[in-house]
Amino acid sequence: MTRRLSPFLIAMMVIGFVFLYAPIASVVVYSFNSSRLVTVWAGFSFEWYGALFRNEAIGRAAFISFEVALIAATGALILGTLVAYALARYRRFAGRTLFAAMATAPLVMPEIITGLSLLLLFVALEQATGWPEGRGIVTIAIAHITLGVAFVAVIVEARLSSFNRALEEAALDLGAGPARVFFVITLPLIAPALAAGWLLAFTLSFDDLVIASFTAGPASTTLPMVIFSSVRLGVSPQINALATLILIAVAVLVGGANRLVRVR
Amino acid sequence: MVAGFETPDAGAIAIDGADMAGIPPYRRPVNIMFQSYALFPHMSVARNVGFGLRQERLTRDAIAARVDAMLDLVQMRGFASRRPGQLSGGERQRVALARALVKEPKLLLLDEPLTALDRKLREETRFELKRIHQRVGVTFLMVTHDQEEAMSMASRLAVMNDGRIEQIGTPEHVYENPANRFVAGFLGAINLFEGQVAGSDGGAVLVDTDAGRLVATHAPLGAGSKVAVAVRPEKLRLAPTPSSVNTLTGTMRGVAYRGEASTAEIELANGRLLRVTVANTGGALPAPGTSVFLSFAPDAARVLQS
Repeated sequence: MTRRLSPFLIAMMVIGFVFLYAPIASVVVYSFNSSRLVTVWAGFSFEWYGALFRNEAIGRAAFISFEVALIAATGALILGTLVAYALARYRRFAGRTLFAAMATAPLVMPEIITGLSLLLLFVALEQATGWPEGRGIVTIAIAHITLGVAFVAVIVEARLSSFNRALEEAALDLGAGPARVFFVITLPLIAPALAAGWLLAFTLSFDDLVIASFTAGPASTTLPMVIFSSVRLGVSPQINALATLILIAVAVLVGGANRLVRVR
Repeated sequence: MVAGFETPDAGAIAIDGADMAGIPPYRRPVNIMFQSYALFPHMSVARNVGFGLRQERLTRDAIAARVDAMLDLVQMRGFASRRPGQLSGGERQRVALARALVKEPKLLLLDEPLTALDRKLREETRFELKRIHQRVGVTFLMVTHDQEEAMSMASRLAVMNDGRIEQIGTPEHVYENPANRFVAGFLGAINLFEGQVAGSDGGAVLVDTDAGRLVATHAPLGAGSKVAVAVRPEKLRLAPTPSSVNTLTGTMRGVAYRGEASTAEIELANGRLLRVTVANTGGALPAPGTSVFLSFAPDAARVLQS
């Protein structure tokens, strides 16, 4: 039996989707606009994509963002997995609740506070120990790791909690040492969650503006920072083209992460 | 504890004379067939079975040959390249058995191996397991909650209660000569008559119970000691007339027909209910409400002390 949807429900759904996606769609459409003015349509063109690829400032920023995201995602994956392992495997230890709350706090912490507090920390640390020398890629990556750890920990812990421990016992019983069991049994079985966590941390880092603004140095302007500052001087159609490219990349990564979580 | 996942509080575990204390699971000559089978979902059947051998760093050919032989034994040859997710419960069970046996352990632990199967498959698998057991000659240590399963499969059987072994022996010995009330009641049904020893009479003791004076074959016991006379339902005889010894009088209460036999419930004059199993050899049982006599031979009864 198929249930007919009432026109009202369909209308609400259309309005909802328009509300969500019309702005994004207009960015994509105007990225192909041949006019210099953002608001006037003057015909289809790839002009701004060409200009974008010739723009060195944006190219450099994209490279820095990519580098930061790579370091941050990998660091967050390692730390987040350790956190998840501790939470999933050691059900009782002193301070476990506090530990869990603190590990996942960055999920709800306002970014502006995270950014500010990390800036203060880096400055104080530099004065006290001489490291980090100024702010740059390393400090942004560290800041992004603190954010990514929480996401990775949540995803990986969910996977570990539903993990059948008998599988590990069976492997031990069949003569594999604890380290082998981890690499041959546990790791392959939680790999989808690890990949999903890594991808999420990567995208979080790649499009973060607030924390990066606080922790970046003069030579380490990330892509979102370049976009933000150029938009303040008036939106260039180049930015529309860039936004479209980022949109596609993020959609692919998030889609991939979703698939990995669902498989098996 | 035998496999090494838990540490005993007291006592020692020795396998083939070697003390197992402090030896981790992966170095013990013991393999487990898990209740949930615990097959590795990301490996094929052949790789599951070969997992233990790969840990021994055998050559690829040697592993393949032993995996094939083991899959033949459990009749799963055609399934080698499947994933566990593509197998039925009975097939997974065979793979789990093959995986545990392929390392030729000195001891195979089976943790309720048949409980996850349906009844018909369970009975078939029982014979299958016994056949494999005889073929490979490995010691099987099987845990089960099913008394019938334990009796039909074991060559030696231990009844455990609260973590202690109550009795150990061949199924026949434990069933026929239960050491105490727990074992008698746990393994099959039993009728118990509590009472006091009145005296001994050449290889038999006389016990005064609420059902009268009963005679049971047993070495002499001190008069006055508290004992119970235990009689299995299939050893009670239903008769229309009283016999010379151990006769009880009662009324038929009800009959449960079970195909090969029937179990009758009989109420004694003092209100106690007894169970009698009568083999189904043709004749009809007395109708409920009829008065009947029950009797048993002195050597069919067991005297339980304590």
